[in-house]
Amino acid sequence: MKRYAFIGLAVLFMLSFVGCSKVEEKKAAPPQNPDVILSTTTSTQDSGLLDVLLPAFEKKTGYKVKTIAVGSGQALAMGEKGEADVLLVHAPDAEKKVVASGAAINRRLVMHNDFIIVGPADDPARIRGKTAVEALKSIAQGAKLFVSRGDDSGTDKMEKSLWKTANIKPAGAWYLEAGAGMGQTLKIADEKRGYTLSDRATFLAQQKNVALAIALEGDPKLLNIYHVMEVNPEKFAKVNNAGAKAFADFLLSEEGQALIATYGKDKYGQPLFFADSGKSEKEFGL
Amino acid sequence: MDVLREGIRAAAQLLSAGDPEIIEVLLLTFKVSGAATLISVLLGVPLGLYLALKEFYGKQFIKGIVNFGMGLPPVVVGLFVSLLLWRYGPWGELALMYTPTAMVMAQTLIALPIVTGLSFAAIVSVNPRLRLQLYSLGATSRQVNWMLIKEARLGLIAAVIAGFGRVVSEVGAAMMVGGNIKGQTRVLTTATVMEVGKGNYDTALALSFILLVAAYSVVVVLTWLQHSGKREIL
Repeated sequence: MKRYAFIGLAVLFMLSFVGCSKVEEKKAAPPQNPDVILSTTTSTQDSGLLDVLLPAFEKKTGYKVKTIAVGSGQALAMGEKGEADVLLVHAPDAEKKVVASGAAINRRLVMHNDFIIVGPADDPARIRGKTAVEALKSIAQGAKLFVSRGDDSGTDKMEKSLWKTANIKPAGAWYLEAGAGMGQTLKIADEKRGYTLSDRATFLAQQKNVALAIALEGDPKLLNIYHVMEVNPEKFAKVNNAGAKAFADFLLSEEGQALIATYGKDKYGQPLFFADSGKSEKEFGL
Repeated sequence: MDVLREGIRAAAQLLSAGDPEIIEVLLLTFKVSGAATLISVLLGVPLGLYLALKEFYGKQFIKGIVNFGMGLPPVVVGLFVSLLLWRYGPWGELALMYTPTAMVMAQTLIALPIVTGLSFAAIVSVNPRLRLQLYSLGATSRQVNWMLIKEARLGLIAAVIAGFGRVVSEVGAAMMVGGNIKGQTRVLTTATVMEVGKGNYDTALALSFILLVAAYSVVVVLTWLQHSGKREIL
């Protein structure tokens, strides 16, 4: 009996490999190098947008996208080391540095949405209706709990720049650095009854799990702009530039932009992202 | 606690409906962790046997390393394997980063010290006189080793269970070297982390239950092997 069990296990194990190779062979006539590594921010994955965009792109072009969803800071760092092919991130100032260093090329605006400040529904720091900077000042003065991403993501960079504009160095028992993704940070803010800065898309996706309410929105400073960039093939010979370019072009194509503009309308009653093909940052006053 | 009930229901639903995405994730989990365990056993059991039976200079040191390795943090292993496999790392030419192979490599590094260390302990705990007796009965050293492995099988299978349990449940290394890529390197643990990030707690719980059931089934088979071995001894 024992021997049969061993043989059975071994056969099962081998069968599982057979299944594996079959799946890989199914893809027909892919481009020369079909693997494209997309380094992107967690918000594009956590909001579900990539689940719509990637299958459409893969079906159309035959490329296979390997998504690495990390904070924008880490995503850009991967580009700077040539470990990714294409970057889709939302940290404009940091992006410009990466382009200036020659690590990335063809930086193009894809879409935007906005950041919001969310907090307990009773708004203990009374920030409703204020500007973002004023709101942070009241939170700091009242020492109301604020949960920061603290992970060098695009959202984190935006928050840090707001504190800088407000001329406050946030520190103390009221300021928590989560070091986590947006979804988890929202959950922490919810559990601890604190404020946090979130992108609208992730908040809408998480809303069913948290009691947080939007405390502040609509400040033009809170624009959240996503750019796509290709990692420079002249600097990093190993990158798959053809695939990167195909992906960036797809995002900016009519089809890609339509997918972005309609995503989330049926589920949340409002789109999560606004498609911006062909626009420049200047139109947003940056 | 409604979430818990929802999670169990969702798990049952996903499994009974044969959701192809879940099946794919489940199969990959078995493939990666199974391959890592298999390699660890093929390397670790002989290594444990060697450590248990041979005297050599620096043996204490090696034993120390093995014992230390049993607690190796998966994220550290993940980072180390990443450094090796990155495009511009020393093994970059192999293009293994973000593939199941990379995950097997990392998980093998995690499981190998556990399998080696527990195999060593299992074989050492066999009565040392048995070995001498076998030799005096004229057994070749190959026969002796095989007999010792058979005698120590309870402990050896425990080593396999511990190794498999460790890698099937780890998430740090799988996330770092695999990247949780849909349809390619997404396993149950990384999928759970992602679903939590998305706020889909019911799906995350469903995945957790599937992981528990899957791991449990493997352990049941191994335990059964362990016990049938025991009967033979009696």
